[in-house]
Amino acid sequence: MKDKDEKKIEKRELKINRRALLKGALAGAATTMLPLNRADASFSDFWESFFQKHFREMSDAEKKKVVERLEREYEQKYKKAIKIGIEPAMPGVLFGYGLDLSRCIGCRTCVYACVKENNQSRDPQVQWIQVLRFKHGELMHWEKADKYYDPKLVPEPGYFYMPVACQQCENPPCVRACPTQATWKEPDGIVVVDYNWCIGCRYCMAACPYGARHFNWAEPGIKSEDINPNTHYLGNRPRYKGVVEKCTFCVQRTRKGRYTACVEACPVGARKFGNLLDPKSEIRYAMEHKRTFRLKDELNTHPKFFYFFDFEAGERFTG
Amino acid sequence: MIQTIKNFIIAWGSIFKGSAKYYLWLAFLAFLMAIGVHAYIGQAEHGLIMTAMRDQVSWGFYISNFTFLVGVAAAAVLLVIPAYVHHDKSIKEIVLFGELMAITAIVMCIMFIMTDLGQPLRVWHILPPPIGLMHWPSSLLAWDVLVLNGYLFLNIIIAFYILYKLSRGEHYNMKSFVGFLIYLSIPAAISIHTVTAFLYNAAFSRPFWSASILAPRFIASALCSGPALMLLVFQVVRKVTDVKIEDKAIFKVATLITYAMAVNLFFLGAEVFQSFYSGTAETASIHYLFFGYNGQTNLVPYIWTAVISNITAFLLILNPKTRENFVTLNVACVLMIVGIYLEKGMGLVIPGFTPDALGEIYQYTPTATELLVSLGVWAMGAMIYTFLLKFAIPVYTGKLRFASSGKEAIHEVKAVRPHVEEVPEEQL
Repeated sequence: MKDKDEKKIEKRELKINRRALLKGALAGAATTMLPLNRADASFSDFWESFFQKHFREMSDAEKKKVVERLEREYEQKYKKAIKIGIEPAMPGVLFGYGLDLSRCIGCRTCVYACVKENNQSRDPQVQWIQVLRFKHGELMHWEKADKYYDPKLVPEPGYFYMPVACQQCENPPCVRACPTQATWKEPDGIVVVDYNWCIGCRYCMAACPYGARHFNWAEPGIKSEDINPNTHYLGNRPRYKGVVEKCTFCVQRTRKGRYTACVEACPVGARKFGNLLDPKSEIRYAMEHKRTFRLKDELNTHPKFFYFFDFEAGERFTG
Repeated sequence: MIQTIKNFIIAWGSIFKGSAKYYLWLAFLAFLMAIGVHAYIGQAEHGLIMTAMRDQVSWGFYISNFTFLVGVAAAAVLLVIPAYVHHDKSIKEIVLFGELMAITAIVMCIMFIMTDLGQPLRVWHILPPPIGLMHWPSSLLAWDVLVLNGYLFLNIIIAFYILYKLSRGEHYNMKSFVGFLIYLSIPAAISIHTVTAFLYNAAFSRPFWSASILAPRFIASALCSGPALMLLVFQVVRKVTDVKIEDKAIFKVATLITYAMAVNLFFLGAEVFQSFYSGTAETASIHYLFFGYNGQTNLVPYIWTAVISNITAFLLILNPKTRENFVTLNVACVLMIVGIYLEKGMGLVIPGFTPDALGEIYQYTPTATELLVSLGVWAMGAMIYTFLLKFAIPVYTGKLRFASSGKEAIHEVKAVRPHVEEVPEEQL
């Protein structure tokens, strides 16, 4: 009789344990999926993170509160103060980009300047700029392009290079595709992503004709000392596992009147940037004086990214 | 009304009662589900890097399964039209099982989408305002959410209304509201697979998906694989339960599949000709699919297995002798399911991304995580369908009849399990 009772108790304990275990596993699974530092997150932060509104639906006061919470979360996670700006688009500004193909030497300095400025994951690697190498005579025959070229010296004779990042379309297919409006075009023409609203369905990646959208297949791996602490909510703030990211024309810089990191980094001055609405801007000069074209223009995506060949520079690499 | 609800709840209890074989089957499925859940927890923790998907091929095995299952769900229409529009008696007797399969397939579709999401806990963002910010009508994915859920609820209402009527020994009236819903389910079935095809069409920079024949091909292939799956299930059902399904009904469905397969193969031929005769750069994807590209041939075995399976199945089902022989008919059904599964799954999704937007060829092969998670979802689907059948069959065969209050109970009941008419209060 006693034996039986004991057995009963034991069984019950086992049951409770199993239940607790299951509960723990579920809660664990839930927290791993939430963009939070699990160990230190308070319950209210957890709650607010889960129910955080879409950025464009927030009032200024709500934006302030969310930014404060995110800064707190980032500080816990990266042990470093990170500032998140929410500067809106400046009136009368529509950003445009120009890239001189006759100057580009394929050195990928821009790629790594971008990674550093925009807090892209180093492990696994995420790069917003992809540099394609074409043989002479095969420009834009995509299947023949190579983006893993690795010579000792660039430029290589017989080849030329085409860096491709987000083309900041005026008619962006990715924005149309997104089922949750987590990506949209800002008034200054930059296509941005709310990393706290994206559900990670990746339909935008299927829709993008330029391979410009990148997914965080794993938790982004960046060392604390590599983090650029000057960020923008819609730009280079640290991302989460399971969301899409892309080039934002360095929104954290350009909305303060600075150049993008890639423009500053390019050693040959192949990159031009400016306000398309300002007739005196560099980009307008390039559009008026160079032979410009846009990638896959026939898709009517209307990119604000213009490629061109310079007059004299064209002769520089043909020899 | 309350009595009816009570009866239904009690009847649901019957899904947990069965023979040793039944429990063994459930245990087997539960085991597979546990494997799937385990794999999924790993994926949730480490991210989708556990899959073989990458930026170049950003959808893979999960979305492939999803696409195939939308077809299975849509295929119920092949039974609904003859049953309700043409009042074909033999088909009318089995249409319920088709509708239950549609319910199961849609639930599986939703599960496959969930396993594919990078942030599954945020899925509510896709709901219409004020909860989420559904991007309707612009995003085809938003359309897909609407039509899939609409079709799911339509089938739930229809199937359970029919069961409710049957449980009272009554017949449903096509002129009633549910009759309207049944007619509505016909275009709804077409719409789910059409919208899913448009989902791919809408990614217009991927030449492989930008064919206007895509939606018609989706429908044609769905009308092969879905009913083929049903034919196999019907034979199992009539073997392990006392449901009577006439051979006549099965052969009739097989004839309908024959037409669908003929159209499907014709569409395939049309696409193949158009692509291979021109041989432009835009056809790189279909070249990669059928023959490989630059020596990279990952998908070649898939598509040729699919093509050979489909053609063999067609020949078997075309000949009346082999069509009306259960061995060859079942071989044809299995080949068809395999063929369409490969062609409407991996053979559709992966070439869309290969070469990718900038011409790179990334060779995708699903990882163990993807295979195990998918296995878990399929096991879950099998369990849901088992439960639905376990509930529906006693009602369907008349073993289970509910007494409506005031009237006398209908007694054709021999082995009442459960006996629902006079349930003592304390048991409820």
